[in-house]
Amino acid sequence: MQALTGFTLLLIFQALGEMLVRVFHLPLPGPVAGMVCLIPALYWPRLRQTVEAAANFLLNNLSLLFVPVGVGVMTHLDLLSEFGARIGLILVVSSVVGIAVTAWLLGHTKEDEHA
Amino acid sequence: MPDFVELWTYLSTTPLFGLASTLALYIITSTIYKKLNQHPLANPVLWTVIVLACVLTWLDVPYQTYFSGAQFIHFLLGPAVVALAWPLWQKRVDLMRRLPRLFLAALVGGVVSALIAVGMAWLLDLPQYLAMSLAPKSVTAPVAMGLAEKMGGLPELAAIFAVLTGLIGALLGKYIFDLIRIARDTSGWAQRGFALGTISHGIGAARAIQVQPTAGAFAGLALGLQVILASLWMPVLLWVILWLNPTWG
Repeated sequence: MQALTGFTLLLIFQALGEMLVRVFHLPLPGPVAGMVCLIPALYWPRLRQTVEAAANFLLNNLSLLFVPVGVGVMTHLDLLSEFGARIGLILVVSSVVGIAVTAWLLGHTKEDEHA
Repeated sequence: MPDFVELWTYLSTTPLFGLASTLALYIITSTIYKKLNQHPLANPVLWTVIVLACVLTWLDVPYQTYFSGAQFIHFLLGPAVVALAWPLWQKRVDLMRRLPRLFLAALVGGVVSALIAVGMAWLLDLPQYLAMSLAPKSVTAPVAMGLAEKMGGLPELAAIFAVLTGLIGALLGKYIFDLIRIARDTSGWAQRGFALGTISHGIGAARAIQVQPTAGAFAGLALGLQVILASLWMPVLLWVILWLNPTWG
């Protein structure tokens, strides 16, 4: 029941986010606006417990949710045969450099920490 | 025999087929992944996608038919993005304490990666709609789709590029971190997780969660942070690109 209530709350906050984005013409996607609204709401313990159960279930199985989109590769095989090598090169180089830069930067800005 | 053919034709057109096959294959590949000590190359998303794409092609089931069932899983990406509020809230003390440098690392890492992608697309003579579909590849798939659409890219391509970027990080992350000598202590795991979440979003975070809890928490944090940050800086990037190269077609 907790997880079900939590899941319902996630959907309600997503709907709230979609509404805010449309009404105020925000440059954010709806679910992101919903997430930002949910953070302060989590200070309420009763709401937190329900959200925790649903969020843990979704986030522990997060990679499953990418499968349906991933299978969509099969509909773009023509595009991939024309540009595939270049796209692959771009994705690998930009990801490897991005990951290295992020990890390195986080490790080399420690001096300001007081703990 | 004709009964089997008829039965199959019926089953393969119901949403049940796409939904059940996705879940079953994912559970099987996840079990194998655990048996192989979570070797990056055994990534369950990678193998589920490969096997499903091959099976659907072989059985002549169109992607739309498959998606009529798989959409129930796909839909959960929205609430999953909202659910990221939970790791952000859990790590709020850490987050507030280290906010400036986490912010800096997420921003610089994300912008550098997107700039390299768009810059290379330009140099390698790719059409603009492909470059715009590549730009948001480090943001989790549902958000990348929305961003690509706003920039003139194709949402479904953006989603595929985001999934591929996620897989690249999950596959290569370990080797990149060892190469640039990131430690395996608490702060090292935080760096590893945060970098994976920043660039390889949900798939990188899923990998980090499985490998080490601190890495997982920081990956969830980075994923949520990148979603917010990229939604804000991506329109600026688009404006700069169009200013530099208004005739890109």
